[in-house]
Amino acid sequence: MTSISSRRLAKELMEIKNEGCPVGINLVQADDFSTWLFTIEVMGESLYQNEKFTLQFRFDQQYPISSPAVQFVVTEGRQAPVHPHVYSNGHICASILGNEWSPVLSVIAVCVTLQSMLASCKEKHRPVDNDRYVKHAPENPKKTRFHYDDDTV
Amino acid sequence: MSSDYEISDNEGDYYDSDEMMEDYQNDDQDEDDMEMDDYNDDFRINTGPKRKSYEVDYTSLSQSSVEESLKEDVDHICGILGVDPAVAALLLRHQGWNKESLIEKYMETPTKVLVDSGAAVPEPAREPIVRAHSVDRSAAGPSSRRAIRSNSKLLSSLTLPTRSSAQKSISSPAASASKFRKDAKSSEEPESFVCPICFDDSPELKPVALDCGHSACSGCWNAYTISKIRDEGEHCIRCMTEGCAIVAPDDFVHNILVSDAAPPGSDTNENLVAWTRFQELLVRSFVSSNSKLKFCPYPGCTNTVSCPSATSKSVLTTMVPIVSCGAKGIPRSANDKKPAPSSPSGITSLYDKEHVFCFGCPIESDHRPVVCGVARLWLKKCEDDSETANWIKSNTKECSKCQSTIEKNGGCNHMTCKKCKYEFCWVCMGPWSEHGTAWYSCNRYDEKGGIEARDAQSRSRASLERYLHYYNRWANHEQSAKLSVELYAKTEKKMEDMQITSDLTWIEVQFMKKAVEEVEKCRMTLKWTYAMAYYLARGNEKDLFEDNQRDLEKAVEDLSELLESPIETENIPVLRQKVTDKTVYVQKRNEIVLEDTATGFLDGRWKWNVSVDGFEDPAEEVRID
Repeated sequence: MTSISSRRLAKELMEIKNEGCPVGINLVQADDFSTWLFTIEVMGESLYQNEKFTLQFRFDQQYPISSPAVQFVVTEGRQAPVHPHVYSNGHICASILGNEWSPVLSVIAVCVTLQSMLASCKEKHRPVDNDRYVKHAPENPKKTRFHYDDDTV
Repeated sequence: MSSDYEISDNEGDYYDSDEMMEDYQNDDQDEDDMEMDDYNDDFRINTGPKRKSYEVDYTSLSQSSVEESLKEDVDHICGILGVDPAVAALLLRHQGWNKESLIEKYMETPTKVLVDSGAAVPEPAREPIVRAHSVDRSAAGPSSRRAIRSNSKLLSSLTLPTRSSAQKSISSPAASASKFRKDAKSSEEPESFVCPICFDDSPELKPVALDCGHSACSGCWNAYTISKIRDEGEHCIRCMTEGCAIVAPDDFVHNILVSDAAPPGSDTNENLVAWTRFQELLVRSFVSSNSKLKFCPYPGCTNTVSCPSATSKSVLTTMVPIVSCGAKGIPRSANDKKPAPSSPSGITSLYDKEHVFCFGCPIESDHRPVVCGVARLWLKKCEDDSETANWIKSNTKECSKCQSTIEKNGGCNHMTCKKCKYEFCWVCMGPWSEHGTAWYSCNRYDEKGGIEARDAQSRSRASLERYLHYYNRWANHEQSAKLSVELYAKTEKKMEDMQITSDLTWIEVQFMKKAVEEVEKCRMTLKWTYAMAYYLARGNEKDLFEDNQRDLEKAVEDLSELLESPIETENIPVLRQKVTDKTVYVQKRNEIVLEDTATGFLDGRWKWNVSVDGFEDPAEEVRID
C-alpha cells in the first residue's frame, strides 16, 4: 500500500516538474510524500484579482484510494479566500474532496477544480455557518462530514 | 376494486413465503450442524398443535440459507427479464430487492433502470466503447446489452416462460464467470498499459475494467474494493473513474478479492475478510429490505429470522413476536480471551444465552406479555421520566392555578407564579389574598381555599406516585434478573456442594439450575407486566390481570427465597422436593399470565388509559395522563 501511494505521488510530481503546472498554480513545496503546498491565483476577470492563496495537500497511505486532505493555509499572514464554500480556518466544502473523490483524480485536477470554484464565484462571503463550524472544526477537514447542497459555485 | 387487488396480492405473498419456509427447512437438514438440527426439532414441536397462544411461528436461518433465497430471487429475475445473474443482482439491489417493482419499472424503461442501477453505461458514452470492443463483446455477450437492444425479445420471453428459462441457463454462470477475464483481456490490447491510479507501467501489470471500460491495474482495484467494503461498509462498489456510475457485479468483486485474478502482492487474509464482509453486507441489505426477515441484533451474529406472520403493523396489536435466531452466546472470536466458565459435565453456562429478540420492534429482549407499542411507550417514559420524576416529587410543588411545577429556591412564602401570576402561599398552597396582613406566617390550615389547593396538589402528585409505584417494581425485577448471573454462580457452587454432602448425582442436582432459570424467566415476564399494568385502563380486566401478576410474583419470590436458603445435609431431600414443586408451580403461573394476556390481545380485551398506536383511543374517564 505504501508503495502505491508513494509511487503514484512520485509520478504526479514528475509530471508537474516536466510539464509544469497550469496557469495560476505553482508548486511551492513537495519535499516528501505526506504534505505538499501550492499557491493558487485566479487568472483574468474575477472577484479574487491580485489575490494569492496557499493550498495544502496532506496524503495518507491509502492515497489515491482515499482522498487527500486539502485546505487553504491560514497561518503566517496567509488568508483563506472569502468564498461561500471556504471556511475562515481554510477548510473547503467541496464534494470532490469528500464523497465524490475518485482515485482517477490527481493533485493538479483538484487544484484546477478549486481554481474554477473561485473563478466562478459571484459574491464574496463566508459560509453561513462559518462561526459555528470553525469553533468546533476538527484539525483535519476529512473528518468533517460536509453536506453538499449547492452545485452552482 | 382496489381491495380485491390487495387480497390477490396477499395470497401471492403467502404462497411465496410458504415455499420459502420449506426450502429453508430442507436446507437446514442438509447441514450437519448438530445444534441446528436439535433446534429445528424443538421448533417443530413448537409449531405443532401444542404451540402456545403467546408463541409465534418463525424460522431461524443461517447466512447461507438467506444467500440461497437471495439467489432464488436473482434467478427468478434472470428468468423473467432475460438478463445475466450478475446484472439481475445489481438491478435487484438498486430496487431494494423488490421484484414486482423492478419488473414493472423494467418493462417501462429498461435502459433507464439498467443505467440507474449501475449495470449498464448510459447511451452516449456507451456507443464508442462498444464499437471499440465489438469483436470481444459479441463473443462474451453480456446479456445486459442484449436486453437493452431488443425489447421485443424481452416481451416474448415474458409470454413464453419456458423459452426464457432455457435462455437463462445458457447464458448464466459460464458467461458471467468468463466476463471478468474477457474484460481483462480486451483492455490488454494496447501494447503498454499505464494504470491511471498508481501510474505503474510494468509489463506484468493486469488491467481490469468493468463494462464501462475504465481500466486500472488489479492491485488498485483490490485496494479500492477493500477500502470500500471495510471502511465504508459499502456493497455497491462503483467504478473508480470520476462520474462513472457502473457498479461492480458480485463475481467481479469475488474475482478481485479471492481468486487467481487477485493481485499477487495483496494480503490473502485481508482479501478473505473483505470478501466475507461483502457477502454479509449483501445479505444484510437483502434482509433489511424484506419485511418477513430480520437480522439478529446480537453482536457478531449473522443469523436471520423469518417470521412471515408478524410483518404488518396491525398484527403487532394482537401478538408479541418474540423470536430466537437459534444461536447462543457470543461468537468465538469475541470470546477467545475469556473462555466461558462451564462445568466439566458440559452444562450450558449463562454466557451461552440464546439470542432472543422481538421481531416487531427494536427491543432486544423478550418483552412478553406486553405488545410492542405499549412496551415502547413505557421504555420511552422510563428514559425520560424516572429520575426526573423522583426529583420533582421531592423538590417541587405545583402552582394551584395553572399546575406549573415550581421549585422554591429562596425567599419568603409569598409566591407569585411566573406563568399565570397567581399569588399563593407556599406553605398552605392557598391564595395569598386570604392571608391578609398576616405576612410571612401561615397558620390558616383549615381555610377553604387552602384545602382546595392542597387537594389539587395531591391529585397531581398522585399520578407521579402512581408512575413511581410501577417503575420501582419494574426496575426491581430488572435488577434481580441481572443479579441472576451471580445467583447462577452461587447455585453452581451449591450444586457441587450438594453432590459432595449428599449421595445425589449430578443429574439429580440439576433441579437447582432449572429453578434459577425459571426464576429469571419469570422475572422478565413480571417486569413487563408492570409496564402493562401501568397503561391498563381500570376495570375488571385489569383486576384479573393484577391477580395473575400477584400470584406469579408471590410464587417467584417464594422460589427465590428457597434458592437462597442455606443447605443442610439432613434437609436436602426436603429442599429438593420443595424446589422442584415450586419450580413447576412457578412455570405454570408464568404460563397462565402469558397465555391469558396473549388471548386477551387476540380477543381485544385489553383497554389502555393512554392512546396506543393501533388501538382504539381510550374513553375519557379512564385517561390518566
